[in-house]
Amino acid sequence: MATDDTIPITVEFSGGLELLFANQRKLTLSIPTYNENRTRSNIAFLVQHLCDNLMKDPRKDMFVLDGTVRPGILVLINEADWELEGEEKYEIQKGDNILFVSTLHGG
Amino acid sequence: MASSTIVESLRKQIASCEAQLKDLRRQLAEAEHYQQQQREQDSLHQTTAAYSDPFTHDMSYGIHDDFRSEVFAALSHVEVGSPSRKWPLDKTEYKRYGRQLIMPEIGLQGQLCLKEASVLIVGVGGLGCPAAAYLVGSGVGTVGLIDGDIVEESNLHRQVLHSTASVGMSKVDSARVALNSLNPNVRLVAHPSRLTSESAISILQDYDVVLDCTDTPASRYLISDACVLLGKPLVSASALRTDGQLMVLNYPPRPVGDPSGGPCYRCVFPKPPPAESVVSCGDGGILGPVVGVMGVLQALEAIKLLTRQTNEVFRHVEPKPADPPTLLIFSAYSNPMFRSIRLRNRRQKCAACSAQSSVTPEALKSGSLDYVQFCGTISPINALASNERISAENYAKIRLEVNPYTGMEPDKDSHILVDVREKVQFGLCSLEGSLNVPFSTITTTLPNLANTWHNDEIPQAQGWVTELKNHPEKPIFVICRLGNDSQLSVKKMKELGLDHSGQRWIGDIKGGLKAWRNNVDREFPEY
Ligand SMILES: [Zn+2]
Repeated sequence: MATDDTIPITVEFSGGLELLFANQRKLTLSIPTYNENRTRSNIAFLVQHLCDNLMKDPRKDMFVLDGTVRPGILVLINEADWELEGEEKYEIQKGDNILFVSTLHGG
Repeated sequence: MASSTIVESLRKQIASCEAQLKDLRRQLAEAEHYQQQQREQDSLHQTTAAYSDPFTHDMSYGIHDDFRSEVFAALSHVEVGSPSRKWPLDKTEYKRYGRQLIMPEIGLQGQLCLKEASVLIVGVGGLGCPAAAYLVGSGVGTVGLIDGDIVEESNLHRQVLHSTASVGMSKVDSARVALNSLNPNVRLVAHPSRLTSESAISILQDYDVVLDCTDTPASRYLISDACVLLGKPLVSASALRTDGQLMVLNYPPRPVGDPSGGPCYRCVFPKPPPAESVVSCGDGGILGPVVGVMGVLQALEAIKLLTRQTNEVFRHVEPKPADPPTLLIFSAYSNPMFRSIRLRNRRQKCAACSAQSSVTPEALKSGSLDYVQFCGTISPINALASNERISAENYAKIRLEVNPYTGMEPDKDSHILVDVREKVQFGLCSLEGSLNVPFSTITTTLPNLANTWHNDEIPQAQGWVTELKNHPEKPIFVICRLGNDSQLSVKKMKELGLDHSGQRWIGDIKGGLKAWRNNVDREFPEY
């Protein structure tokens, strides 16, 4: 039920992060349009929301460290590095695709 | 502001002049080539003329034109074979590279670019082997190989240059043998040791392009820093399980402080990941073709970089700005398997490539930059007290021998053996009578289960807790692959109250199944 109160988005995980989310590579979900401070939900909100509500693994620091995604994770908003979009402050839009990629090191 | 415009404009002018110069050189080469051909034809005709005199006098009549042309052909054939006639490539090279030579992307000039080029491959493993094979196959003039490891049997499913016979040999030597038989025209340079911060600059400086085929964050930062300082493009790839990633970094390789250069590894990942989050192929697993795909793509990107000039200058293709930096993600079990992600440009405050850079050649050479420390290390897990642990040998006595004090027969039912490896690994081999409770299940089990039954998954996940609670009198022995997860599992089991406030013994088997194999049962499989 995508009303004006919620924003439907797609969240994807790659590079092993899916293992923290019960092996799901793609999630379709709705997040509140406004968070408790009555400000638009942004990436920072989404990250906390995923960590608190959807992450199955108790090792939260594998995803979030010091209040933001841990080093070694790229956040990609609609196929582009989040640094091009305003990072954590990017306000999530209807239908956005947010991809979290953990860097790999094997070779 | 104005000075940066001037710098930019001068740079463009230089690039344009260089392109013109290259074009002129090509025209000169072509003109010389034509001149040479003309000379040969002229001398051929003179020779023929000298011979043709007697022909016209008394023998020419009655000699068939076909025969004459055969004579010319024979004479000209001698000419072609003589050393005076210079083709840009050796006859065998035309044959060997023929299939790529006829492609407009390569052509004669592209092949000459490859022949003049040198590529350094750091790491001759799952990425480096296929990358090296294709680059050597394509006729890159010089290929350098760095690796300090020796070939192990567990490498062979993916490290395609090494063979069963080369197990125990250094990877660099093993690769040299294979690559030399693939293409003896290529000069191979061996660096049979690990790349260090002190040696990085002096080794990398001799090459045009560097391929990062290593497997640790520390080496990735080191290679990137050295490439930035030396102005070398870097083709970086990695792979784990069913996923791979590829980036072309520091391209274009502009000087440190020039924001128009391509981003470096530090721009993309300014901080290293926590050491606990880094999973190796040995722990996480790797599918051979997955890492193979990534290595092949590295070779492809290197060939594209090395022949790029050719396309612009000789095919008169409009010089395009370099492609925007991207991360290519390969995911073997996703659909589509490939996706390309637009990366950021150079980071304004990058520690390596920005004007505020703190990474200098001197710091690198002196070894004052400790990459291993920068990336952190995992200290060996030591979570349990000594009375919570038992050696594999002593556990074997419990299983296999009569108790010398009580005279009791050994009994597997006297205790519970919990194997906390993941289900797939447990399926490969396990000790008889052991109960499999995967580590991932244990860590995700919540302490106060009774209150959190709102989710379908919880009762299933807590089944193992109930099962273990059903036999409160039996001690629990926990085993895993190497003896790390078992310690954490023991702690967690105690937190979950399975030790009945200390009434039941719960402990782990030190060193896990590895110790069991080394000290008790040599027949237990190693994987
Ligand atoms: Zn940088």
